[in-house]
Amino acid sequence: MPFSIPEEELMEPGHTACHGCGATLAMRYVLKGMGEKTVVSVPAACWAVIPGAMPNRTLKVPMVYTPFAATGAVISGLRGSLDIQGKSDYNVVGFAGDGGTADIGLQSLSGAMERGHNVFYIMYDNEAYMNTGVQRSGSTPFGAETTTTPVGKERNFKKQQKKIVADLMIAQGVPYVATATIAYPEDLIRKIGNAKKISGPKFIQILAPCPTGWYYPPEKSVEVSRQAVQSGIFPLFEYINGSIKVTKPSKPISVREYVSGQKRFAHLDDNDIEKIQNTVNKRMRYLLSMEKEGIFVLPAQ
Amino acid sequence: MIMAPIADVSSRVNHTDSWRIQKPIIDYSKCIRCMICWKFCPDACIDVVDGGAIAAPSERTLKMEAPVIDMDYCKGCGICANECPEKCIEMVLDEKGED
Ligand SMILES: Cc1ncc(C[n+]2csc(CCOP(=O)(O)OP(=O)(O)O)c2C)c(N)n1
Ligand code: SF4
Ligand code: SF4
Repeated sequence: MPFSIPEEELMEPGHTACHGCGATLAMRYVLKGMGEKTVVSVPAACWAVIPGAMPNRTLKVPMVYTPFAATGAVISGLRGSLDIQGKSDYNVVGFAGDGGTADIGLQSLSGAMERGHNVFYIMYDNEAYMNTGVQRSGSTPFGAETTTTPVGKERNFKKQQKKIVADLMIAQGVPYVATATIAYPEDLIRKIGNAKKISGPKFIQILAPCPTGWYYPPEKSVEVSRQAVQSGIFPLFEYINGSIKVTKPSKPISVREYVSGQKRFAHLDDNDIEKIQNTVNKRMRYLLSMEKEGIFVLPAQ
Repeated sequence: MIMAPIADVSSRVNHTDSWRIQKPIIDYSKCIRCMICWKFCPDACIDVVDGGAIAAPSERTLKMEAPVIDMDYCKGCGICANECPEKCIEMVLDEKGED
């Protein structure tokens, strides 16, 4: 059988991620796209504990642990030191959760992108601080229950909209920005291939469903990821230097269908769901108009 | 000069089979070797094996590489069964702890 994605595995079994972890698939595919000449930097997050206890490792490439807020700074330094050693052909990849990206790591990410280092920053977006027990992050969507937005009688689900870091990256002039998700590994790996052609900062936001924190059965991780795209909740796009290409859902479904499979949304009533559906429709229209008109931002360099 | 501890033992030493409460069984007589199960396994524990399976839906398929699950690592998440387009992977209760 001809494989639709590279056969080589740079992530080994025996790791300690939960059953059906989407973040693990995200790493597996990212490394298939990057190849073995890669150095990964991971801050505090699920991915800091997934490789197991010392002296275990689960990646066949070097992985550097960093403080929670420091991914952007560390990949800048790794790039510099590899270049000095004549290893410019190595990919430097920051791989951080949504808490480590949208919240605490945002300043070092923004700094690294603004300085224009030749690095990849992958945000694996499981939409909450999962490793510490499902606290809300800036990237948690409107309507979700987390342990810091417990619904209860007062319906204290998250009332703020998701902060979309990919949009922030476009706005600050990053030359390559894309979204991807684990249900479409071919698309994800193709995007990494395109990103590799660009010398400069690259940012990819990967939706990585989490059975533990979204409260759905582990066998549904890929299905939920597919539904996120087909419902328009998580549109897939690729932005390169001013032009954006949006993937239109091939078998569209409603927001209601997407949220109904996940207990983190179990409390939503018809009004809430309609509100989310309207937001989704507006965002899709906005992205398609950007596709037509192009986006003007001051280029970083 | 090494300034930080370096982990250099593969996580393969860590068998995760005891995490399992259900296990996937592939019915090779229906398996078309599309490798979709292999593609979506979060534990990267489905091996691609030459002539690894004895049954196949056709003579042609029998000659193809087959997915073989490494039961030392499978956690029993069920993604492979959920994604298999031929529905030929069944999740059954793993009774290994009962004897
Ligand atoms: C400065 C600092 N604050 C808090 C923590 C505790 N901590 C470790 S992992 C984590 C959650 C990480 O969440 P996220 O970045 O979303 O990644 P995920 O765990 O979801 O993969 C937190 C709060 C820490 N290690 N360092
Ligand atoms: S909590 Fe979620 S993201 Fe973290 S290891 Fe478990 S499934 Fe993966
Ligand atoms: S049940 Fe899960 S861990 Fe086991 S082979 Fe299938 S996808 Fe992999």
